[in-house]
Amino acid sequence: MKRSLLAAGGIVGVSALLLSACASEPASEDGPVTITYSNFTSAGGNEDNLQTIVDAFEAENPTITVDITTLPYGDYFTTLQTDLAAGTVADVVDTNYDFFPQLASSGSLAPLEVTNPESYRESLIDAYAVDGTSYGLPSSFSDVVLYYNADLFDTAGLDYPTSDWTWADEQAAADALTDSASGTWGDHQPVSFYEFYKVLDQNGASFLSDDRTSVAFNTPAGIEAAEWLTDKSGTVMPTIEEGQGTADFDTNLFLEGKLGMMHSGIWVFGALADAPFTWDIAVEPGNTQQASAVFSNAVGVSAASDHIAEATAFAEFLTSSQTMIDVRLDSGWELPPTSDEDQLAVYLTKDTPANRQAVFDSLDSIALTPLVENGQQEMQDIVTEELIEAQAGRKSVADALASAEERINAVIG
Amino acid sequence: MVLPTALDAPTVPAPSRAPRSRKKPRASAGYVLTVLAFLLPSAIPLTLFVLGPMVAAAWISFTEWNLITPMEFIGWENYRSLLADERTGEVFLHTIGYIAGYLPLVYIGGLALALALNQALKGRSLWRGIYFLPVVTSWIAVAIVWRWLLNPNNGVVNLALGWFGIDGPGWWTDPDWAMISIILASSWKDLGFVMVILLAGLQTINPDLYDAAKVDGAGAWSRFRNVTIPMLSPSTFFVVVISLINGFQVFDQVYAMTGGGPGGSTQVVVQQIYDLTFRYGAAGEASALSWLLFIVILAVTVIQIIGQKRWVHYG
Repeated sequence: MKRSLLAAGGIVGVSALLLSACASEPASEDGPVTITYSNFTSAGGNEDNLQTIVDAFEAENPTITVDITTLPYGDYFTTLQTDLAAGTVADVVDTNYDFFPQLASSGSLAPLEVTNPESYRESLIDAYAVDGTSYGLPSSFSDVVLYYNADLFDTAGLDYPTSDWTWADEQAAADALTDSASGTWGDHQPVSFYEFYKVLDQNGASFLSDDRTSVAFNTPAGIEAAEWLTDKSGTVMPTIEEGQGTADFDTNLFLEGKLGMMHSGIWVFGALADAPFTWDIAVEPGNTQQASAVFSNAVGVSAASDHIAEATAFAEFLTSSQTMIDVRLDSGWELPPTSDEDQLAVYLTKDTPANRQAVFDSLDSIALTPLVENGQQEMQDIVTEELIEAQAGRKSVADALASAEERINAVIG
Repeated sequence: MVLPTALDAPTVPAPSRAPRSRKKPRASAGYVLTVLAFLLPSAIPLTLFVLGPMVAAAWISFTEWNLITPMEFIGWENYRSLLADERTGEVFLHTIGYIAGYLPLVYIGGLALALALNQALKGRSLWRGIYFLPVVTSWIAVAIVWRWLLNPNNGVVNLALGWFGIDGPGWWTDPDWAMISIILASSWKDLGFVMVILLAGLQTINPDLYDAAKVDGAGAWSRFRNVTIPMLSPSTFFVVVISLINGFQVFDQVYAMTGGGPGGSTQVVVQQIYDLTFRYGAAGEASALSWLLFIVILAVTVIQIIGQKRWVHYG
């Protein structure tokens, strides 16, 4: 039935041998050039927005045609790795902050001569540079905030969340909003790696030790942070059996008006645009301190590209042009990585949600994704798996963290 | 569905032992070319997509490779670390657990269907077609439907169990039930395949045998036990061999239904190979695991081919 699966890795190897032979054709001098761009950032609703930016680029550069391939996030990195192995990688590729170190250190990306480095937010362009040389250009950034259904808060007679809320305030509101009779839940926060390192920070704990070769979360403060995530399940948040953890579960529940609060990224703005109730956002509450998760994406130029100059020009346009800024601000497609605060001010004037200032206030205290040299993905998977064991009640939180500590240290040490 | 070529040899009646001519017939060049021409269409894809990757995987298994950076030769290190890693034992145990549930279920179910549809039933061909439909359906579609059916919260199965006052389990959210869910879905999907093979086997049984048994006073059960089962043994052997080979390579349904979870309870060998290659950047270790799996499958199959002499009757 599927004998060929036996050699899953082998297929890649053979493809590499076969395809590298016929991958590239020589560059033509000044003639029309077609460059390829493989992305995940426009998948699921922003394809037209990307096309608008690409159309503007092609209008300015009539000799360059951009051939776009859009893949869902879930498939993107598998495809990218396979393409790299096979020598069929696109000229311009998307990456995120987590995957960038692996890409850059493998020599897959060309060093970029950036025309206008000062047009980018400094922290973002620095995140994609190695020893002062840019290997990627930030294309967008976003953060995670606390969404709330104002109508549900009104009905319950509660004050709206503010930027100086703490976990205790959130817990009290979540308890008050949860009403099993009407099927209303108070709160939703994913139980995963991406939430865990952030709540650790919010509780003054840290994920990794200073030398990044072992974890540091198995402490009383770490256990308290993990409990903050896992104890919501079945009390103020639906359980896994009830569907929690499946794709878009929280957004859909929120849209149905059955969820008081949820922790989610600003990329959900679009999905909530037509919600039949009033909603707004606030900076995520912390316990001992505030900490918000910030995610950024970037594009790099393949070192194997035959059209590095054209590809770099496109990468710059895609990440710094006025068209890009307008499209992103207009559609709420994450945030443009621009250093021009006046441009971003436009973002604040748009309505729904009203408190867009929270998006920028969240940037004041950022919880950075813990990155390790080896075993990044495995580390993330182990954390999520062990936390879910605790969430489902199959392990105590203390046991789950102890087990996660042992397993991760064996991988990253 | 890849129908095996070498393995189904035992299902055809053993060749009659005609005396061989002493003189080897000389094949003309034209004859050889004709044979080659007929073989090429299957030989080329087989070489490109099965043999080639197997050889490549053997090479990769001696290297450290994350698909992106150049391969680094490390000798037997991948095999050593796999054998030392307790997860290797776990994924093989999970796989064997799957086979232990799947094989009896799909065989008994397929046999029951084959016996039923071997009767002079109205609309027999239609029924056969219906039971074969899942076999030709994409695993992803089947997996999604089964996830709905077995949804612990609002799935049809738990709803139906609720009518009888049974509190349905957390099918794919409970580590104790997740593999059972996969076994159920897999058996359902493959029933039709087993049915077709056994149906073909049933139809080759000489009716005279049943008549003779009747004359000797054998009842229905006795005829089934002493005529049907032994006469069907070549088909049974084929089903068992193929199901075991496919069972060791179970992947699509696991990937689509549980992704190896919850808590790693359905992490089977090929899922582990996939994760090692595409999630954890360990294509070398994954290739080594592929070869370990190949050796296990080969050993199990050879044992069966040797063991068949004890129980398979070629009429």
